[in-house]
Amino acid sequence: MPAFDATALIQVLIGGIGNGAVYGLVGLGFSLIYRSTGAVNFAQGEWVMLAGMAAAAGFTARWPLPVAAAAALVLVAAVGVLSYQIGVRRLRDPAPLLVTMVSIGIAIFTKGVVMVTLGKNPNGYPGVFGDALVRMGAVSVPAQTLIVIAACLAFVAALHLLFARSRIGLALRASAADADAAALVGIPVRRMVMFSFALAAAAGAVAGLVVTPLTLISYDQGTMLGFKGFSAAMLGGIASPLGAVAGGIVLGALEAVSSYQISSRFKDAVAFILFLLVLFARPHGLFGRRTGERV
Amino acid sequence: MSGLPRLRSLAAVFALLGLWPFFSPNDYIALLGVGLLVNVGLIAGLNLIAGYCGQVSLCHAAFFGLGAYASGVLCARLGVPPVLGLPAALFLAGAAALAIGLPSLRLHGHYLAMATLGFNAILSVLFSELVSVTGGPNGLLGVPGFSRTFGAWIDTPFGQFFVAWIYAFVCMAIVLRLLRSRAGRAMRAVAFSELAAGAMGTDTARLKVTIFVLTAMMAGGGGWVYVHVNQFASPETFGFLRSVLLVAAVAIGGWGRFWGPVPGALVLTLTPELLGRLHDFEMIVFGGALVAVLLVYPGGISAGLAALGRRFVRSGT
Repeated sequence: MPAFDATALIQVLIGGIGNGAVYGLVGLGFSLIYRSTGAVNFAQGEWVMLAGMAAAAGFTARWPLPVAAAAALVLVAAVGVLSYQIGVRRLRDPAPLLVTMVSIGIAIFTKGVVMVTLGKNPNGYPGVFGDALVRMGAVSVPAQTLIVIAACLAFVAALHLLFARSRIGLALRASAADADAAALVGIPVRRMVMFSFALAAAAGAVAGLVVTPLTLISYDQGTMLGFKGFSAAMLGGIASPLGAVAGGIVLGALEAVSSYQISSRFKDAVAFILFLLVLFARPHGLFGRRTGERV
Repeated sequence: MSGLPRLRSLAAVFALLGLWPFFSPNDYIALLGVGLLVNVGLIAGLNLIAGYCGQVSLCHAAFFGLGAYASGVLCARLGVPPVLGLPAALFLAGAAALAIGLPSLRLHGHYLAMATLGFNAILSVLFSELVSVTGGPNGLLGVPGFSRTFGAWIDTPFGQFFVAWIYAFVCMAIVLRLLRSRAGRAMRAVAFSELAAGAMGTDTARLKVTIFVLTAMMAGGGGWVYVHVNQFASPETFGFLRSVLLVAAVAIGGWGRFWGPVPGALVLTLTPELLGRLHDFEMIVFGGALVAVLLVYPGGISAGLAALGRRFVRSGT
């Protein structure tokens, strides 16, 4: 165990919060789809991976980075809509378990398509500020980590405005709260579910776009990113999008500190042991509320 | 209960299946049968907890791996005969299921899926990082075959098929016995409405934990067969992806259908083999098949076949 070093610990912690912001964005996607369908969307992590891979492919083809990133974002949102239109919408009885199973199929399919079309090698592109470090006193942090945190906060703020201030946000909340009642007052519930798929995919895409310069990305990393995002959503209480972001940041910070203090070999195991402990001790998440069940 | 065959019919189907090695032109086909039968056993167990009880386990590959490593490590490192590895495999898988099932199955809803998802990830890390025990990412070498106890013939593809055949039959027979019992009716009640089943006097948590432990032991037994047939184990065989593929195979075969594991295992085992050099397309085919089956026949291939069969009978008479 290394000697206690406050500066190093703060650096580790900021890096962990950066990772946590990514988990939080992915968890946000889980939460959005859970609210509208009651299902756990296994394709969420693959969308994160797809965004990074697509942007990297665009960058390799010498597209300007902002163009490649924007194209990847649009592509992933379109894939989210397509997943809903082809898979979920056509189910005769969209029970949560069935939607979850369909999403497993979509996840495996998406991973396979990315592997065949974009290859098996890790890809990446430089961050907006390259490898620049930002110094704050004795602490220095990669600029890209700060961009990750900023992107997460910006997305959450935009989402909050959408939900709280716009008519479409109101309709989204209404269909999540009670689909039948929403349909009765004329809200196109199915279109709202489709929209939540697009939003969830966009959240995943933003996560993928900002994390790729830090870690590179390959076709098989979607599953682990999905895991972490799902754990984040569970930590925060899966029905609450803001809780998912908070859960992600808690998870990222704990994971970073524990791998720094104990051992990085078992880093992923530590994250999941924490996840299980919270799951058993507080089944509705750190910030979630217990809800009743209707018979 | 209608829809369930008699034990006699199950035995007859397996007697037919037992002809497989006699008609196999080469060892490759015989060993394909071993893989198929191990998958039948795994999927049958998973179908019991997921299909009939409505509780999805996303770590069945990890139980499969625990069984494989328990017996493999004992036999390869300590020279224990494989026969004694079987109880160790069953015990370890069952104990792990008890540890994860007790806290998560108390709760209503899909907590088992969430907890098992994390559990598979933890075990995958342990399988590859506890290098001194498991051999790490390079795999566990030097696992003996069954021959120390049963004679050399059992380590031929023919004998190995025989072991896997018994394993799959035992799994299917356990599932059949359970479904025909009082517990089977209670399971269907829990899947339909846990609250209602509880109100009618079923101890739902206890029922779910018992079934979960039982299916984990079935998977552990499959791991025992696997490790002594292949005489090798490596962490990626028991990863999360395989757990997901097993759940997908349950759905493709038929969610909560007794015969579902057979078509499910056929699709799971044969897809990579049929694709051959196009094996990169395996995930596309498998994922696409899962979505297509769920859209067209939410009851899976076996429900689809049953519907076709009924139509055929009706038009014939």
